[in-house]
Amino acid sequence: MTAAVEITGVTKRFDDVVAVDDIDLTIADGEFFAMLGPSGCGKTTTLRMIAGLEFPTEGSLQIFGEEVGTLPPNKRPVNTVFQNYALFPHMNLLENVGFGLKMKGVAKQEATQRALAAIELVQLGGMEKRRPNQLSGGQQQRVALARALVNEPKVLLLDEPLGALDLKLRQEMQGELKSLQRDLGVSFVFVTHDQEEALTMSDRIAVMDQGKLLQVGTPEEIYERPANRFVADFIGQTNLLEGTVADAMTVVLENGTRVAAASDHAAGTKVALSLRPERAKLAPRDIAPSDGAGIDGTVAGITYLGNALVYRVALDWMEVEVRDENRPNADRLTAGDAVRVTWEPGAVAVVAE
Amino acid sequence: MAGNAQQLRGNTRWVLSLNAVLVYVFFYAPIALLILYSFSDDQLVGRWGGFTLDWYRAFGQNDEVQNALSVSLRVALISTLLSVVLGTMAALSLERFRFRGNRIFDALLYLPVIIPDVTMAVMMLIFFTSLDDIIGLQVTKGFTTITLSHVAFSISFVSIVVRARLAGMSETLEEAAQDLYASRWQAFRFVTLPLILPGIVGGALLALTLSLDDVVITQFVAGPGSTTLPVYVFGLIRRGVSPLINAVSVVMLAASVLLVVLSLVAQRARGGSVT
Repeated sequence: MTAAVEITGVTKRFDDVVAVDDIDLTIADGEFFAMLGPSGCGKTTTLRMIAGLEFPTEGSLQIFGEEVGTLPPNKRPVNTVFQNYALFPHMNLLENVGFGLKMKGVAKQEATQRALAAIELVQLGGMEKRRPNQLSGGQQQRVALARALVNEPKVLLLDEPLGALDLKLRQEMQGELKSLQRDLGVSFVFVTHDQEEALTMSDRIAVMDQGKLLQVGTPEEIYERPANRFVADFIGQTNLLEGTVADAMTVVLENGTRVAAASDHAAGTKVALSLRPERAKLAPRDIAPSDGAGIDGTVAGITYLGNALVYRVALDWMEVEVRDENRPNADRLTAGDAVRVTWEPGAVAVVAE
Repeated sequence: MAGNAQQLRGNTRWVLSLNAVLVYVFFYAPIALLILYSFSDDQLVGRWGGFTLDWYRAFGQNDEVQNALSVSLRVALISTLLSVVLGTMAALSLERFRFRGNRIFDALLYLPVIIPDVTMAVMMLIFFTSLDDIIGLQVTKGFTTITLSHVAFSISFVSIVVRARLAGMSETLEEAAQDLYASRWQAFRFVTLPLILPGIVGGALLALTLSLDDVVITQFVAGPGSTTLPVYVFGLIRRGVSPLINAVSVVMLAASVLLVVLSLVAQRARGGSVT
């Protein structure tokens, strides 16, 4: 099957700033694909290159097998939902949604029918005559979506489309976008800096930082087996315990503790153990760990989250966070308690720089 | 105490109201007098001799006045048209493209706004004379030179007004249009142009008003037989004042007010946010 988008060795420079640095990426047809990273990581530039709003400095970019490197945006079978929607303020909702069809030369009657259907699809039926400034943020978002989808793009590009919405509306729209994508079967390429959003919605995620593509994988792969330190730290929360690889099965932590952790790094490599707060457990010191590892520490502070408790545990050389469910009738630890931080084997990931 | 404070506030209000009245009298009394005496049936300006429309009739029948009026209107229309096109293009290129020397062009474009009229007038005069000296192009002083000079100073005003409008318009809108299959031209035609149109119309009316009002520059570059209405009026005064001037002035005043009002209406229309 031909890939929806095939990016090979693409680099984008703005004067001497490298925005995107030699990335390879394949986005399958019908896939919900997220590009995730902090601001300035090159994710939006990559999206704009797919849209044709920027041209790659080097490399090849194909959409369904067709090289589109320097093809202008109006000649590409993709449409974009812009970050701030970019609705045309001087046109009403119907004219906004029908704009693409009009430019493509679709007959007026058919264009109107299709635009109305698209407006219906995003549940804004009856509002065709309104101007964008008469709509709420969430409604504008839907118009932007309808305006792009009505053209039946082969790939839909979304640039932080939910960024301007408040939390509740955002979660609602996440669900709607996901089911819309499933119904239409079109590839969605979705740019976000919100890792939770990326994890919830995507089939696959590409994590970027400083123009480089760090890891591509399913949400589970990215969360469980981060490719490096940055990914481990950026996706979810984690404790990074510095250490050195001793052999294929062992990592020696800074304080000398030997921990069983499989890795394929060469002995002597500086690495970090990524221990997720929810994977760590607190045990009394006098109980030897059944297996796996344990590090002694003292409870330094407790944060009450309602559904969970987060303990800050001071080790000899650093602090770690341990997250525990808020169970009823459980003995709560208090600050100053001597504890042992333990985890099951396989609960940690070894990450290098 | 409270009574005193109230008294004081009462006094202040009274003084301020008086001030406002005086300011308005100062502004509008001359205009009222001008209009009043344009209907006065007396050879002397400033003496009331009963109501008449003779001066307006004279205005309609005087060939020189009619000629000056027609020159004024033609110069204004052509110079406005040219400066709107050039000024809008200047605004677009300065606002939308980054190129070497961008900021210098930016500063240079605004220069005609602050240069004194006399300086501008001398500049234009020297320019037309040296055209002949340097490249051997003979330019007869008259209609063409007046029009070109008006274009020269109007461009700045048009581009300032248009740029203000463009600056408030997000570039993403043009990108969105192109993303929706519009060519660059279509994106301009269907998105950019309608959004900056109030600015363009406002700039055009401003250029029209400036052109119709200009005396100093026009006087330097006008030739025999082609003079604009304001310059003609200025000449009339030197030859001795007749109430005909009042009638001409009232007509010009009415035209200017009309243009300013139109310009305001144009800028208010679709004045809502363009971002």
